[in-house]
Amino acid sequence: MKFDPSTDFGLLLAVLLIPLIGYTIQIFFGKKLPRQGDWMLTGGMGVVMLITVYLAIKAIAAGAHGDGHAVDFLHSSQDHGFAFKWLFDEAKGPGLLNVVAGILYDPLGAVMLAVVGIVCFCVHLFSIGYMQGDRRYHIFFANISLFSFAMLGLVLADNILFLFLFWEIMGLMSYLLIGHFSQDPSNPFFHRWATWASKKAFLTTRIGDCLLFIGIFIFYREFTTAWETVPAFKEALPRFQPFLFTDMWEMGRLVVAQNGGEFPAWMTAAGLCCFGGTIGKSAQFPLHIWLPDAMAGPTPVSAMIHAATMVAAGVFLLGRMYPLMSPEVLAVVTVVGATTALFAATIGMVVYDIKAVLAYSTISQLGFMVAAVGMGGLVAGMFHMVTHAFFKACLFLSAGSVIHGCHHVQDMRLMGGVRKHMPVTFVCMLVCTAAIAGVYQFSGYFSKDAILLAGWASVLDNAVFSGWNLYALISLAIAAMFTAFYMFRLIFMTFFGEYRGNLETHMYSAQIAAEGVEGPEPHAHDDHHGDEHGHDAHLPHEAPLRRNPMTISLVILAVFAVPGVAALLNGWITHLMTPLSMYGPTAGAFAAEKISEGILDHDSHLGRQAHYLAVGVSLFVATAGIVAAWFLYVRRRDLPEVITTKLGLVYTAVRRRYFVDEMIDIAFIQPTLKLTTFFRTFDEKVVDGFVLLNGSIHKGLAFFMAWIDKTIVDGLVNLVGLVSQAFGAATRLLQTGRIQQYAAFAVAGGLLLASWLILS
Amino acid sequence: MDHILSWICFLPLIGMTAVILAPKGNNTLVKAISLVATGVPFLLATWLYFSFDKTTASYQFVQRFDWIPLLGAQYYVGIDGLSIALIFLTTLLLFIAVPASFSIEKAQKAYYALLLLLEVGILGVFISLDYFLFYVFWEIMLLPMYFLIGIWGGPRREYAAIKFFLYTLTGSVLMLVAIVALRLDSGTFSIPEMMNLARSGQLTGASLPGGGQLIGLEFATWIFWFLFIGFAIKVPVFPFHTWLPDAHVQAPTPISVILAGILLKLGGYGMLRACFPLVPTAFRESCFALGVLGVVSIVYGAYVALGQTDFKRMVAYSSVSHMGYVLLGFAALTEWGYYGAATQMFNHGTSSAVMFLVVGVIYDRAHHRDLNGFGGLAQVMPRYWALTTLGFFAAMGLPGLAGFVSEAMTLVGAYSAPDPVFKLFVLISVIGLVITAAFLLWAIQRVFLGNLNEKYKDYTDMSPREIFCQAPLLFLCVVLGIFPFFLLDWMEPSVVQMVDFLKTAGS
Amino acid sequence: MGLGAYVAVSAALFALGVVAIIVRRNVLYVLMGIEMILNAANINFVAFSHFQGGALDGRMFAIFTIILAAAEAAVALAIVLNVFYLFDSVRPSEADLLRE
Repeated sequence: MKFDPSTDFGLLLAVLLIPLIGYTIQIFFGKKLPRQGDWMLTGGMGVVMLITVYLAIKAIAAGAHGDGHAVDFLHSSQDHGFAFKWLFDEAKGPGLLNVVAGILYDPLGAVMLAVVGIVCFCVHLFSIGYMQGDRRYHIFFANISLFSFAMLGLVLADNILFLFLFWEIMGLMSYLLIGHFSQDPSNPFFHRWATWASKKAFLTTRIGDCLLFIGIFIFYREFTTAWETVPAFKEALPRFQPFLFTDMWEMGRLVVAQNGGEFPAWMTAAGLCCFGGTIGKSAQFPLHIWLPDAMAGPTPVSAMIHAATMVAAGVFLLGRMYPLMSPEVLAVVTVVGATTALFAATIGMVVYDIKAVLAYSTISQLGFMVAAVGMGGLVAGMFHMVTHAFFKACLFLSAGSVIHGCHHVQDMRLMGGVRKHMPVTFVCMLVCTAAIAGVYQFSGYFSKDAILLAGWASVLDNAVFSGWNLYALISLAIAAMFTAFYMFRLIFMTFFGEYRGNLETHMYSAQIAAEGVEGPEPHAHDDHHGDEHGHDAHLPHEAPLRRNPMTISLVILAVFAVPGVAALLNGWITHLMTPLSMYGPTAGAFAAEKISEGILDHDSHLGRQAHYLAVGVSLFVATAGIVAAWFLYVRRRDLPEVITTKLGLVYTAVRRRYFVDEMIDIAFIQPTLKLTTFFRTFDEKVVDGFVLLNGSIHKGLAFFMAWIDKTIVDGLVNLVGLVSQAFGAATRLLQTGRIQQYAAFAVAGGLLLASWLILS
Repeated sequence: MDHILSWICFLPLIGMTAVILAPKGNNTLVKAISLVATGVPFLLATWLYFSFDKTTASYQFVQRFDWIPLLGAQYYVGIDGLSIALIFLTTLLLFIAVPASFSIEKAQKAYYALLLLLEVGILGVFISLDYFLFYVFWEIMLLPMYFLIGIWGGPRREYAAIKFFLYTLTGSVLMLVAIVALRLDSGTFSIPEMMNLARSGQLTGASLPGGGQLIGLEFATWIFWFLFIGFAIKVPVFPFHTWLPDAHVQAPTPISVILAGILLKLGGYGMLRACFPLVPTAFRESCFALGVLGVVSIVYGAYVALGQTDFKRMVAYSSVSHMGYVLLGFAALTEWGYYGAATQMFNHGTSSAVMFLVVGVIYDRAHHRDLNGFGGLAQVMPRYWALTTLGFFAAMGLPGLAGFVSEAMTLVGAYSAPDPVFKLFVLISVIGLVITAAFLLWAIQRVFLGNLNEKYKDYTDMSPREIFCQAPLLFLCVVLGIFPFFLLDWMEPSVVQMVDFLKTAGS
Repeated sequence: MGLGAYVAVSAALFALGVVAIIVRRNVLYVLMGIEMILNAANINFVAFSHFQGGALDGRMFAIFTIILAAAEAAVALAIVLNVFYLFDSVRPSEADLLRE
């Protein structure tokens, strides 16, 4: 099974077009289709899943053949004449101006594509059940379909500009999906929340997007300048395209080589800007604030955002840009990732909203991936992204199932004992929790182990050692322990004990009375699900399989987390993904210099040492976390309250999410609003005021002039008139109208004239 | 079709005559005539667009004969890649403006007659290659606009109309002075001939009294700033922008559409056609100042828009912000910058027109524009909400929609400018991108989301007529986002030649 | 008899005419005064013409003046008739509309 460009690129294009065409049909005709078109989009996504899995099998087969084959597994459709000329339709020489888009299909893309295909299909399937009765059902399906399209496009884009394009479309779709309830007044809680959460998500990620945009500029500008000025570059890359990933990697290698093996400063700046995109999209500190609020959207959307799309895009970008990142950038990446991982994990331990726990766990796990990439564990990070996508999607969908079952209550303090009522959900969730906690042989174990291994390797190997890596390693280990703790806390609080949803008083009553419920208020009285399904309205219930396929999705996703399958995944991915196979021979070798995994040889002393340390630590932290959770939430359920009271202020700070939202509000949002008001006033009072003043001055001048005109200029004229008038009045006295008098005057005048003539 | 340009330009004039001669009180006939008189030029312009030769930068469809021999003024018209797209946009927007005006009740005959006269003026400016002709059309345009705002406008229409008129007239006067000076120095009104003189560095005012110097400044510098301010008022560039919000707020919807969609582009087009190439040396010296003005317009416009509570004022200020990109692109003096600026003019023409139509739809129903007074409209007007969202995201420059292409090209162009300070400009203008997203999303939230105001629960969704007005523009936003070569290929030779000219001429 | 005598008669006649115009209250006398002035001028014309070498031009003027005087008398009488209709009197002091 080899990759066949002539047909397989066609299939990849179909992967993009199916959801897009589906979206177009759905948005215009969805409401009129039978079942509002859900079958069409879900079916389409099913086809997409089949294609992506089929192609991923080809890639895995190439990887399983041994090292040699996987290295060749980097396919650019442009080499096969499969391209879309974007800006200009005409060929423009070795164009720096033109953007030609094609499909890049490499091991990373192959794996990611399959993950996206599977998760998106499961989410579609789940939504059929979960979203039933929603007043904008068809729009919801259209939107998740386009959301999937954007993520698939992002994975397949072979140039950074198109990656950015899909990246932003995803931002738009997340805005629309998080805000799905923002027009549904029947649910006041979500109605209000969704409205501002969607805006917050869009704006927060847009800050990151702008940074990424700047990063792209810098790379474009510097690479083109270098290419135009240095003849050697022109020779090496005669058909250079500044946005194309493969060309960027190659140029990066050449530029660094020309710079004596050092990364130039601008590459650090550009790399940091690109990482800014990751910070926004992958919810890293301090731009993580949008993600917890993103659960204002329907649960399937949360599953999609938190698992395979959106947040994964940021990590995927790191994978794409890895060869271009200087060691300094990677140090920043490490620190940000490790800090986020630890920081979010602490919050995850204290929240009660079941989706909030998962949201903070997502942030924390993303921190793991980012830190892994930073420490040189590129493949480990990508691998964790894959395993995380499956188990987190499953966790979210399970949580959705639980919420659905518990009459749309999200506060874990009002759950408990759900295990007995929803056995399938319980099993799926338990498997995935074991995976995320890093229980031996579950999928998360392998990926976390790989991350810690990479970390140890980087710390142990002096060549790559830096203090930051040690910091990251310790933070990640602690975060892993916290992860195990809070995930099992979730399991114990939700599924064990007795169901508290319809108890008047229980162990958390006082706390809830003091703090209020997290998430929407319970409203058992007007519960319609109970009536619909015909069983006790006050007990949780599994979704009936016959009528909706929600549980099927859970099972599909959980399969990827169970031991055995997880081990297989591990084997496939480690064989398939190597720097050489991901970036091609030359750029891959260049990228491998920064990769700590590269120095790992399991037979070497160092390799063994790192390996044992990693396994030991990850097993220890997982066990410790689980035991602690069991002790606190099953054995001694009175203890958590004691501990929280003892912690006092610290607890409050964590509970209030370290006041990051408030700080950002004070530091950025309020000043922006103030500045806005200032500018508005400035515009109205000063700029326009100047114009108006100008006008007033002229108006005043005009009135003055008018006065002068009236009194002086016109006055003179009038004076002339007056004088003539007076003269006229005087002469008028002579005018008697009597002809004889006139004649007398004439004679007198004549006589006078005559006498003057005679006398002179 | 040698006279195609003249036909396109003067057909509305025939329409205007017909409107005036139409029997009194027969408003249906007047509307029908107006539709035909704008529709036919639109079809001709479409034909023109596709029969345009994309391979050459020289002027096409040229017509030239003496007009006023005594002055040396000629009837000299022709188009190139810089004007073809704008002619298409003009005819399209005017064609849309007619059905968008059907809700106007007052003095309809006069209204449509003035509208058609306005089209003559605008198209005339875009096709003129003779500076005298250019100026005549420029002034023709001013008058109908004054009356359209001043008679059919909102409560403060007289104030707005006078402000608009005086502001633009100030610009025109500065322009006239410069034109006279150029005419005296060059001995011709023909813009291409003036450019030829400028290329060889002869247009320096040496033949004038003072020998190319005036109060210590070069002749070219004077000319440049006179012309620039004349056009900058039209764009409008900060700090000459304050007529815009008032004019927009008071103007009726279709007039706002034309004002934002085309009249602002006349400023940018004027700079490109009749300011920079005539005094390229002075232009090159002023790039920095122009860049500053562009960036300030982008960021400042966005911030002020964020602070507005009047829907239409907000959209008006967003125009200030978006037109800032045009100036930044010009100032960058790179091919990408010019492609970006030229496409931004077109794309802003479509997206801002959509935004004003959006405001018009709600204003026709609610008779107010207070952003805080709406809420929850998505529940009763889902189609309106969907189209608005699409239009707003197009204006925001979301990739995949047209605005992104132009903004990205402008910023890339500015980033690659020879002057390194432009890198800083790009970094600052990126703030504008975020703020733009913020005020648009905030507006959507305040108008469409949240609780439905009881007053508005009986509102009907957009009528087919309203959808017809917006649909072609939104279609262009989407198509040009995915296939930008429908614009870029047409302007390519002219832009390449123009950038090369501006970089080298006169030195 | 020399020129002086003719001029003296003429002057006397002229003076009488003027006095008649100014002083008389009946418009007919005023008209007669005018005729007297005209004839005074005629005498002058003829006398000067005679004493200047016997050219005919002075006499020609005199004849013209006589014809004109006849025409003028006709017009004047018509005016007087109208004045009489209008003011019911022929006294010039009554017809003072020229003042207006």
